[in-house]
Amino acid sequence: MAATVSREVLTAFLLRLADDHLVIGHRLSEWCGHAPMLEEDLAMPNMALDLIGQARALYQYAGEVEGKGRDEDQIAYLRRERDYVNCLLAERENGDFAHTMLRQLYFAAFMQPLWQGMLSSSDAHLAGIAAKAEKEVAYHVRHAGEWVVRLGDGTPESTRRMRAAVDALAPYVDELFESDDVTAAIVKAGIAPDPATLRPSFEAIVGPIFAEAGLEWVEASYGQTGGRQGRHGEALGYLLADLQHMQRTYPGMVW
Amino acid sequence: MYSQGLIGAKTDTTEDEAFLVAFQARIDAEEKIEPNDPMPEGYRRTLIRQIGQHAHSEIVGMLPEGNWITRAPSLRRKAALLAKVQDEGGHGLYLYSAAETLGVSREEMTEELLSGKAKYSSIFNYPTLTWADIGAIGWLVDGAAIMNQIPLCRCSYGPYARAMIRVCKEESFHQRQGYEIMMTLARGAPEQKEMAQDALNRWWWPSLMMFGPHDADSQHGDQSMKWKIKRFTNDELRQKFVDATVPQGEFIGLTFPDPELKWNEEKGAYDFGAIDWDEFWRVVKGHGPMNRERLAARQKAWDDGAWVREAALAHAEKRKARREAAKMAAE
Repeated sequence: MAATVSREVLTAFLLRLADDHLVIGHRLSEWCGHAPMLEEDLAMPNMALDLIGQARALYQYAGEVEGKGRDEDQIAYLRRERDYVNCLLAERENGDFAHTMLRQLYFAAFMQPLWQGMLSSSDAHLAGIAAKAEKEVAYHVRHAGEWVVRLGDGTPESTRRMRAAVDALAPYVDELFESDDVTAAIVKAGIAPDPATLRPSFEAIVGPIFAEAGLEWVEASYGQTGGRQGRHGEALGYLLADLQHMQRTYPGMVW
Repeated sequence: MYSQGLIGAKTDTTEDEAFLVAFQARIDAEEKIEPNDPMPEGYRRTLIRQIGQHAHSEIVGMLPEGNWITRAPSLRRKAALLAKVQDEGGHGLYLYSAAETLGVSREEMTEELLSGKAKYSSIFNYPTLTWADIGAIGWLVDGAAIMNQIPLCRCSYGPYARAMIRVCKEESFHQRQGYEIMMTLARGAPEQKEMAQDALNRWWWPSLMMFGPHDADSQHGDQSMKWKIKRFTNDELRQKFVDATVPQGEFIGLTFPDPELKWNEEKGAYDFGAIDWDEFWRVVKGHGPMNRERLAARQKAWDDGAWVREAALAHAEKRKARREAAKMAAE
C-alpha cells in the first residue's frame, strides 16, 4: 500500500497546480478581443476557459483537503503575493502572439504527461480531475503546436519572432521539472508522477514540433526559479492587482 | 447579440418591374431566398449592410465585456463571462459567413469597419465602468438584441434566418445570466445595490436607442418590411422591450431613470419619456465616449496581427509546394 501524505503536503501540491492554471488562464484571457484573427479570438478564450475550469476544480479540492473552510474564491483571490506558487512560465507576459503560443505549448507539453500520470492517481478525486483535463490539454498541445509550426516556418518576420520567443522563454523551462520535498511525498504516495521524470515526454512533444517549425532548441545558460516558493517576477503583482480588485475592494460580498 | 436598427443602407434598386414583382411574390409566399437565387441588388445590399453591422457589433461588443474578464469578482463569474464573450465571437464568425454567401468577403467587411464606413451597434461606444455593467449589458443589451433578433429568425433570407435561430438561443441564455448578476447585486450589500442602480441609470437610455430612430424618421424601414427582412418596426420592438423589461427591474427593486415611465392601462403597455436623439446621432457619428477607443483597439488587433496572418498563409503555401514536390519526386 502506498504511503499517505499530510493535508499540508497535498494542499501545497494542489495549490501549485491550481495557481499555474489560474495564472496562465488569466494571461490568455487578456487577449480576448485583441487577437490576430477572429478564429483566435475564439480559441484563446476557449483555452482560458479550460484552464480556469481546471483551476476551479483544483482550488475546490484544495479547500476540502486543507479543511479550513476556505472556498475556491477565498483561495484564488485572497492570498498575498508571496503565497502564490505558480511556475514563472505561467506568469510571463503575453508579448506577441509567438510568445503566447510558445508559452502555451511549453505549459501544455508539461501538463499533458502530468495529467496522464494522474489518471491512475491513488487519489481518486484528482484522477477524476485529470480525466477531464487530459482531454482538454491534448487540444492545447495541438493548437499551440500548430501555431509554433506555422510561425516558425512562415515568413522571415514570423521566424524571427518565433526564435525570439524561444530565446526569451528558455530560462523558464527547467523550473517546470523541479522536484522537492512536496513532489517527493506526492510521488511516494502514488498521487502524481515526479516532475523530473516528465522531461522526456515534454521533449517528445516539443521536439517534433520544433523540427517541423525549423526551430532550434535553446538551452538557457541560467534557468530562473523561485515560483514554487512564491518568488515571482515583477509582472505578477499587476496581474494580482487586476485579479483581486473586486474581492479586495468589496470584502466579504457575494457575487 | 446586438443588432440595432439598420443605419444607412441604400435600398434603391434598378431591376425591371417584372423581376421585382416576381421576387416580391416569392417573399409574400414566405419562401426563403437562398444564396444562388436571383435577388434585387437593393435586397442584397441591404442584407450585406445589415448582417455586416450585426457581425461587427458582435466583434466590437467583445471589448467592453472583455474589459472585465481579468477583474471578474469570482471564478464562477469569470468562467461564465469568458464563455459569453467567446459566444459573441462565435456569432460574429457565423454572421460573417452568412454575409459571405451574398458575395462579400470577411476582409472587405473588416476594412469597412476599420475605415468607419460600416457601423456597429452604438451601445458599445459606452464604457463598462463597474462589474454591474456586465450584468446590465447581459440583461438590457442582450435583452434588446433578442427583441430585434427573434423576428429575424423568420427573415426572408435563409442563411441569416438560420444563423439567428442559434444566436437567439445563446442570447437568451446571456440575458438570463445578466439579469441574475443584477439580481445578485440588487439583493446584496448597499454598495452592490448602488452599483446595480448606477449601471441601470447609465445603460437604460442607450438600450432604448438600440432599436433605431422612430418609425416616422426611419428611412429604410418600409422597404425592409416589404422584403420581410424586418417583421416589426423600430417603435414596435422598442415598446415590446420596455414592456418586458420594466417589471423585471421593479421585481429586483431597481428604479428606471425615466420619471415619465408608467403603465398605461388603456394601451396595455408602458408610456415612457422622450429619447435624446441628439445623443443617439452624436454617438452613431463617432462622438460617443468610446468610439475612438473601440475602433483603435480593433485597428491595433488587425495591424498587430498582420504578420501572424501572413505567416499562416505563407506556411500553407510552402506546405502545399512541399507536398507537390514530394509527389512529383515519387512519380
